[in-house]
Amino acid sequence: MSSPGSSRAVGVGRVLIAVYAILALAATARSIYQLATKFDEAPAAYLLSGLAGVVYILATVALLTRGDTWYRIAWATIVFEFIGVIVVGSLSVFDPVLFPSDTVWSRFGAGYVFIPLILPILGMLWLYRTRPSPVAA
Amino acid sequence: MIEWFTSAQVVVASAAGLFCLVLGFAGRKPNDFTLGATAIVELLLVVQVGIAIVAPLTGNPPTGSLAEFWVYLASAIIIPVAAAFWALVERNRWSTAILGVGCLAIAVMVYRMGQIWFVQGV
Repeated sequence: MSSPGSSRAVGVGRVLIAVYAILALAATARSIYQLATKFDEAPAAYLLSGLAGVVYILATVALLTRGDTWYRIAWATIVFEFIGVIVVGSLSVFDPVLFPSDTVWSRFGAGYVFIPLILPILGMLWLYRTRPSPVAA
Repeated sequence: MIEWFTSAQVVVASAAGLFCLVLGFAGRKPNDFTLGATAIVELLLVVQVGIAIVAPLTGNPPTGSLAEFWVYLASAIIIPVAAAFWALVERNRWSTAILGVGCLAIAVMVYRMGQIWFVQGV
């Protein structure tokens, strides 16, 4: 466990954060393009994709920033995106009309080499490793 | 886009990415080889920008959406620069690994750009 206020952005955690930053950039840029040009084709899916982009940005910031509050935000965003990729991935397989295959969580992140599926698992492992230790009374 | 150039670019970016990732996990700080490889990947992206501007004017337009292509290219071109900047600020094995991650991301993005240009609208 790490002491209160220590950084999560150390060692191999840095590589994790770098991948989150790249995914956040790619997913957000693409969802902005989709919302701007193809909104009518699948409004629910593209709005969700936009939300996913924002959540990835928030997760990146939360992993970079020290403190217990940001630690909780990191957990919340990573769990949210993990549930998202599982649920949307399953829906996109069984209802491709509602979720066209080109959003970040479609087909379990297949369009992004399954990084959206694997990354939150690694993120949760990292958060467990860097969890704050209880403050001594 | 030019097909052979795009394929070569994906190969170079993948090779550079794996090279940096392996050296990073082997504990090497960023050096001339890893930074040089990243610089080559960035240079190829800059050339790609030039090709993408000229190609539609010479009868080689994308089959898919040009706007979507440029969204990818604009995002991609930032990544090696940001990774290299980080590698110069923090000289340890993890920044070498991050150079690798950045280059591999470029490989994937250029591959996707190739699909948008040659395959998507066909």
